[in-house]
Amino acid sequence: MQSTASFLSGSKASIPPLEVHDLTVAYRTQPVLWDIDLSLPEGYLIAIVGPNGAGKSTLLKAVLGLLRPLTGSVKIYGAPYAQRRSWVGYVPQRESVDWDFPTSALDVVTMGLYGRIGWFRRPSQRHTDLAYQCLEKVGMHDFALRQISQLSGGQQQRVFLARALAQEARLYLMDEPFAGIDATTERAVLTVLQDLRKEGKTVVAVHHDLQTVAEYFDYVVLLNMRLVAAGPVGTTFTQENLQLTYGGRLTVLSQAAEALLAQRPGVKEAEMK
Amino acid sequence: MNAPLTIILTGALVAASCSLVGTFLVLRKMALLGDAISHAVLPGIVIAFLFTNSLASFPALVGASVVGIATVFLVEALHRSRRLYEDTSIGVVFPALFSLGVILVSVYAGQVHIDTDCVLYGEIGLSNLDEWIVGGKSLGPRSIWVTGGVMLFDLLFVLAFYKELKLVSFDPDLAASIGYSPMLVHYLLMTVVSITVVASFESVGSILVVAMLVVPPAAAYLLSAQLINMILIAIAIAVASSAAGYAFARSVDCSIAGAMAFSAGLFFLAAFFASPRNGLVARIVLRWRLRERLTRQLLLLHLKARVTVEEARTLQPEDLVVRFGWSRSRIDRAVRRLRANGLIESSGGRLWLTQAGKAALDREGTAVLAHR
Repeated sequence: MQSTASFLSGSKASIPPLEVHDLTVAYRTQPVLWDIDLSLPEGYLIAIVGPNGAGKSTLLKAVLGLLRPLTGSVKIYGAPYAQRRSWVGYVPQRESVDWDFPTSALDVVTMGLYGRIGWFRRPSQRHTDLAYQCLEKVGMHDFALRQISQLSGGQQQRVFLARALAQEARLYLMDEPFAGIDATTERAVLTVLQDLRKEGKTVVAVHHDLQTVAEYFDYVVLLNMRLVAAGPVGTTFTQENLQLTYGGRLTVLSQAAEALLAQRPGVKEAEMK
Repeated sequence: MNAPLTIILTGALVAASCSLVGTFLVLRKMALLGDAISHAVLPGIVIAFLFTNSLASFPALVGASVVGIATVFLVEALHRSRRLYEDTSIGVVFPALFSLGVILVSVYAGQVHIDTDCVLYGEIGLSNLDEWIVGGKSLGPRSIWVTGGVMLFDLLFVLAFYKELKLVSFDPDLAASIGYSPMLVHYLLMTVVSITVVASFESVGSILVVAMLVVPPAAAYLLSAQLINMILIAIAIAVASSAAGYAFARSVDCSIAGAMAFSAGLFFLAAFFASPRNGLVARIVLRWRLRERLTRQLLLLHLKARVTVEEARTLQPEDLVVRFGWSRSRIDRAVRRLRANGLIESSGGRLWLTQAGKAALDREGTAVLAHR
């Protein structure tokens, strides 16, 4: 894998799949991400790790252009997101949608193809076949025509994963793909991630379980409102860095943020999450 | 065309087009926005009337639609300021615009022949009297043309944007990330809702419009697992409501639009109670069955545990009343069922596990009850 080699040797790097420069995001007066500078290597399974409220989901949403940052820029393979939509696949948090919506698993997966299908055009048989294949990859082929509310939480998560696979992206952004799932789903998700890595794809996943970071991922981004550290799991996922990320003592920057907050409290912090 | 047919057809066309767009309002949890728009457009109608001296004109439609979209925009703007909840924003905006309309009507009362009662209750009963006359030739009732036009417009809109509407309603974040602006689709839908509401309620009044935007889709939501079915069922309920409503109004001599809306409410109640999957009755039956099965499972496990502590053939149903707090009838039902399955036996008021029951329990665990 060419990209892997260049990453390991530190020599002439290919264009990074994701570059974040000077990114600051705030909800009203509440700062969530402070001056993030980040460049991620291609072909890795990358975990974003940090405490609750560290801005992990916010980072993904800012990358996808779902939030407007206060400052800073994001580049996907060297270009703004708007020019790279079709290169990026997204798995939102499972709770972000209403699973009582009257639609089938197959329909949801087909939605991953809408970007390619374009306005006004209908999904064709070819698209349906593709959606079935993606369901097959996560072991959900038999549930294709089930209404999504009839699926278990883990099955819903696999449907979301299949939808992202249907996007046939080069960079995948996943928000807690391992959250609250059964053992079967956990294996299925892991297999999919490893297959993606084999194909040279890059996966950036928000991950909440510190126990499994080293087992599942190659590269880790430690985040707590500001970037604490980013690098290969072996050298970066250390006790010291975790202390810095989760430790009781706040860093200087987040203290500044707190001070700012104390002056001008937001009205509805709870709603911001 | 005779009067009953015209009235029913007008009602059915309005009901169908409102249900068609209302389905997406319900799915997007914006049911009240249709309600708000249908009131807020009043100043638009009045202002257009002042310019054109006509109530049922294209300018009135445009004026009302513009105010309808302004309503949506103002609600969004208030909500996005993050100082108000969305329902509060709706509640603030639409009375403001509606009252503005009421003031305009009363200030220009001399020139404007808008009866606020008429706006609310409509005059569907007279729809066959107002004919569309072009070049001295009658083309039939105007309300059919207007409401039919709206139905066609809504149908074309949903056909053209079906995929986009579905995507944006289900997962706006995914939509945005793959290049379908949720805001654009949102405003398109709201424009269509505004036009539908305005064009409809001149013919039938706002009560019917507000009802048909929400009630048939809500009933259909309880009855369907797929979006396309939800739309079709909503339209079917809408059309049936208008026919049933007309018959009802005729028999008791009441407001036709009111009776049609009321019929839709009855359809909703029927769906709420009797929907095979989501209905109240189905839920109660399901919960009852689960409870009964749990009773049998616990009873079996308890009997099995008893056997191992050499208390076989000593257990009486009364002990279970004490131990589990179950009613005697609940225990008797479980015992009858388990006996019928040959899993337990009872004699002289005592209960015990049969050999077959014990073997089955050892083999399959409590899954033994799954098919019994």
